[in-house]
Amino acid sequence: MPQPEGDLLELKDVTAFYGPVQVLEGVSINVPDGGAVGILGANGAGKTTTLRAISGTVRAGGTIRYEGRSIRGFRPERVASLGIAHVPEGRGTLGNLTVRENLMVGAYMRKDRRQVQTDIDFLLELFPNLKARIRSNASALSGGEQQMLAVSRAFMAAPKLLVLDEPSLGLAPSTARTVYDAIARLRKESGISMLVVEQNANLAFSVVDSVTVLETGRSVLTGTTAELRGNDEIRKAYLGG
Amino acid sequence: MNPFGTFVQLVVDGLAQGSIYGALALAIVLVNQATGLVNFAQGSMAVLGSYIGMTIGNLFIPGVGAILGIIIGILVAVIASLAIGGIVERFVMRRFERAEEDTKVVATIGLLTLITGLVGLIWGFNPTPYPFFFGGSESLRIGDVSISVWSIVTFTTIIALMIVLQILFRGTKLGLGMRAVADNAPSAALSGIRVGGMRMAGWGLAAALGTVAAILLASKSQLTPNNFDGILVYALAAVVIGGLDSPLGAVIAALGITILESLAAAYIPWIGHDLKVVVPFVLVFAVLIIRPQGLFGRRTVVRV
Repeated sequence: MPQPEGDLLELKDVTAFYGPVQVLEGVSINVPDGGAVGILGANGAGKTTTLRAISGTVRAGGTIRYEGRSIRGFRPERVASLGIAHVPEGRGTLGNLTVRENLMVGAYMRKDRRQVQTDIDFLLELFPNLKARIRSNASALSGGEQQMLAVSRAFMAAPKLLVLDEPSLGLAPSTARTVYDAIARLRKESGISMLVVEQNANLAFSVVDSVTVLETGRSVLTGTTAELRGNDEIRKAYLGG
Repeated sequence: MNPFGTFVQLVVDGLAQGSIYGALALAIVLVNQATGLVNFAQGSMAVLGSYIGMTIGNLFIPGVGAILGIIIGILVAVIASLAIGGIVERFVMRRFERAEEDTKVVATIGLLTLITGLVGLIWGFNPTPYPFFFGGSESLRIGDVSISVWSIVTFTTIIALMIVLQILFRGTKLGLGMRAVADNAPSAALSGIRVGGMRMAGWGLAAALGTVAAILLASKSQLTPNNFDGILVYALAAVVIGGLDSPLGAVIAALGITILESLAAAYIPWIGHDLKVVVPFVLVFAVLIIRPQGLFGRRTVVRV
């Protein structure tokens, strides 16, 4: 296990409520600098809420530390400015803006224009579908293309930590595979840290080094992908037997 | 006057009057681009800004002369409107952030009533003449057609403002941020865009723009608290016809409506001056049926 002090992101006993309903009862996750961590869990286990607690879109209790200092209670804009890029559930694509404009929105906080263009070129090479539709409105893209755009837009912020909420949601298996292959390449070529929520463990395992399993708002199990592949319960619940 | 001269005169007058509608339509488009809302109080905010500008300008006129006083008045009006727009967004509209769209629109109608009443309370409901540089009645003659200086100034100002807005939305970072916030505010925030700031900027700029239109209108006729109530109807028609997201479309539609209206009044006997107000609404109906996103608007496709 890496030293907790060396972790990029540290969640300890994080709680969250939607109105009177407690959704998170104690989530603890560490993302080491340069590492990639998956969050597995059934519907309603609190995966999305955990991500939202990090990005400041839901009020949370407990400890949320990023680069060693607490970011709990920060507004989403501020969290983003610290280098955390969150691809929300449902992708958050800006439908009335073109593909290119969506990417520029991703780069909104950046001042290094030349590097921005280099990054756009890199992403368009990674996602040729987007290149072909660079001037189309994002709402005209297919579901898979929108997911690719959402990941690309987040990457355009040049973040230290990419937070992905179920990139495979609503996609055909082969499309989901393509998206994950691209995410894996993104990680390899940029060395960016990732926190990935996923229901499909096989997809998640292709990108992450370790996994935390959530059940009813609590982290119940943490291990490396190798350890969890050998775990019978995990195999039954998330890897299709 | 020969028939062709009459026709040209009608078109020229329509262009100038249509510019005023176009300017208010531009302000509505601006707020819509920044917040996704239609602001019914746009006209009354503009009138408020004009009154403030006029009052301050008149204080200066004895000391610095008429022209400089008027310029100071216009500058003050524009700056005051920027602030009023920002304040209204921050302290009124932001309270409705989580409300339904319809609720927000009703809130702007409430603002319309409130601001009109407030202006009447402070400055009275009697028309006040607004000073203009050129003396509104001077005009140029080209053949049979006379073009007032006011028309030229108004038309040029509005076209310039339209170009500036088009560039703002399509070519600047501020415009991109505003459109991102209008499209999906929570998602825009995740890219580090300050949602509140963008909305305040949109409301402030729109208010300043509306005020320029109100000053131009007032310097031809006069300033009254309800100066813009009727014009709002035309501006909304222009926005619907031109497309809520297109500054160019809104202005072209405003000019088109006004010209068609005055032509219809002059050449179709049973319409005349009594029924001409119906023309914009017939156009609105036609556009909503044939092309609901407006003639220049972008179509929104929802994918599930």
